[in-house]
Amino acid sequence: MINIVLLTLLVVVAIAIIRMKDLFAVVMLAGIYGLMSASFFVAMDAVDVAFTEAAVGAGISTLLMLVVITMTGSKEKPTRHKPLPALLAVMLTGGLLIYGTLDMPYFGSVDAPIHNHTSPRYINDSMQEVGIPNVVTSVLASYRAFDTFGEVVVIFTAGIGVLTLLSVVRSKDNDDEIESINDSMHQQHLVIRIVAKMLIPFIFLFALYVQFHGDFGPGGGFQAGVIFASAIILYAMLFGLRTAHKVINQTFVQLIAALGVLLYGSVGIVSLMNGGNFLDYNVLSSNPITGQHLGILLIQWLVQDLFES
Amino acid sequence: MDITITISSGFFLLIGSFLCVSGGIGLLRFPDFYTRMHAVGVTDTLGAGMILIGLMILSTDFLVFAKLVMVLLLTLLIGPTTSHVLAKAAFHNGLMPKGLNTLEQNNNKETNSSNP
Amino acid sequence: MLIAATLAIFVAMILAIIRGIAGPTLYDRILAVNMFGTKTVLLISLLGFIMGRPEFLDIAIVYALINFISVIGVLRYSDTNQFKHTPTNNESAEKEP
Repeated sequence: MINIVLLTLLVVVAIAIIRMKDLFAVVMLAGIYGLMSASFFVAMDAVDVAFTEAAVGAGISTLLMLVVITMTGSKEKPTRHKPLPALLAVMLTGGLLIYGTLDMPYFGSVDAPIHNHTSPRYINDSMQEVGIPNVVTSVLASYRAFDTFGEVVVIFTAGIGVLTLLSVVRSKDNDDEIESINDSMHQQHLVIRIVAKMLIPFIFLFALYVQFHGDFGPGGGFQAGVIFASAIILYAMLFGLRTAHKVINQTFVQLIAALGVLLYGSVGIVSLMNGGNFLDYNVLSSNPITGQHLGILLIQWLVQDLFES
Repeated sequence: MDITITISSGFFLLIGSFLCVSGGIGLLRFPDFYTRMHAVGVTDTLGAGMILIGLMILSTDFLVFAKLVMVLLLTLLIGPTTSHVLAKAAFHNGLMPKGLNTLEQNNNKETNSSNP
Repeated sequence: MLIAATLAIFVAMILAIIRGIAGPTLYDRILAVNMFGTKTVLLISLLGFIMGRPEFLDIAIVYALINFISVIGVLRYSDTNQFKHTPTNNESAEKEP
């Protein structure tokens, strides 16, 4: 029942997003869309996905889109030609895709292969083989660790690419000018700066809690990294980019990011040298998942890298 | 003992949900942005506080109770700050409250001189 | 009683969406998003209690923080030109008594 209501609201918001011309309103409605889809995930009892959707989809995406809009225009360009050929192409492709899925088993049916072979193996054997209660983490980190390694390398490459592009465009600011602007703004933004100073240590502590609690509850390395990065973003937004650069050095961040990928790869190579497969944890010590989570957490500082640039 | 817990938590939940719904109705019916913000800011924080207190009475585990206390503290801290920042930003960017006819000249002069 | 509170929060969320779609100025929409965020926090806590899984409270804390950060981010970038509110025809008509 809840699902039907939430899905209907999602459709309503999506239609409103398409019909609006003012891009700021679209960004706000996209934020509402992200929050609502996260609630929908919670209603379907998928807690880790809701966690990630909240952190990334509702917060960071809205901020990113807003920054883009302030750099480009804020009114949507009027369409100059009739979209009829595009509509035909989309309907044809959609129809073919739906026809292709008719062969697949029904959603949630009992005799689908995924419910007979892979899921029971993960759900039943995860406790003995890996030893942590959170099945999502064990699938992400141990059974499918190679996929996660691929994702980590992809994010790292994207981060390096963006950093290289943006450091070309960035102009050199005058330090004194920035300092004077910061001081004059201090009076204006006094309340929010004090509140942020009270909140930021708490956010860091919470990120660490999510990181280490990821074995037992929802969370894990990725979500903790996003929370950590959002705390840095808050600081950089309120106190100016230059001050944030003084707090966290740019080269330090890049070093940590590269170290993260190196750590992940070296865990795999160490297990190779110990006689097992690549990234096979059985030949390491009893619970090496924590070390690998640390690598994932360090990688997510790349996200903060992108925003600082 | 059990019936006291149920009644008191039900009481808090009832007050909290009434406040939240009335805040939503106020959001729709008030004429101006500043009045709407007043409605949302006050009823949001207070309604959230009441609902969280009602949930706290129902909780059995200490960890759940501690997390609810944390959510309550966060809401109490974040709600008024957001209202303040929102109003300040709207005023600085020129959004005038409705019905300020005679004071508008003075307000315009103030806004123009304090813009950096 | 928990289910009644959940339904009330739903109604409040729908009202916030209506204001978010129909708000004349930008700040109405920012307000609608902020209210929607706090209602989502309450909804997650209530759903966690109804379904008997109190791990949802971690998500509630994260939502509260993310809501705060994103509203502050929106307002921080409101110092640019495009946010400047120009008086519409209704407001300039009110200037003449």
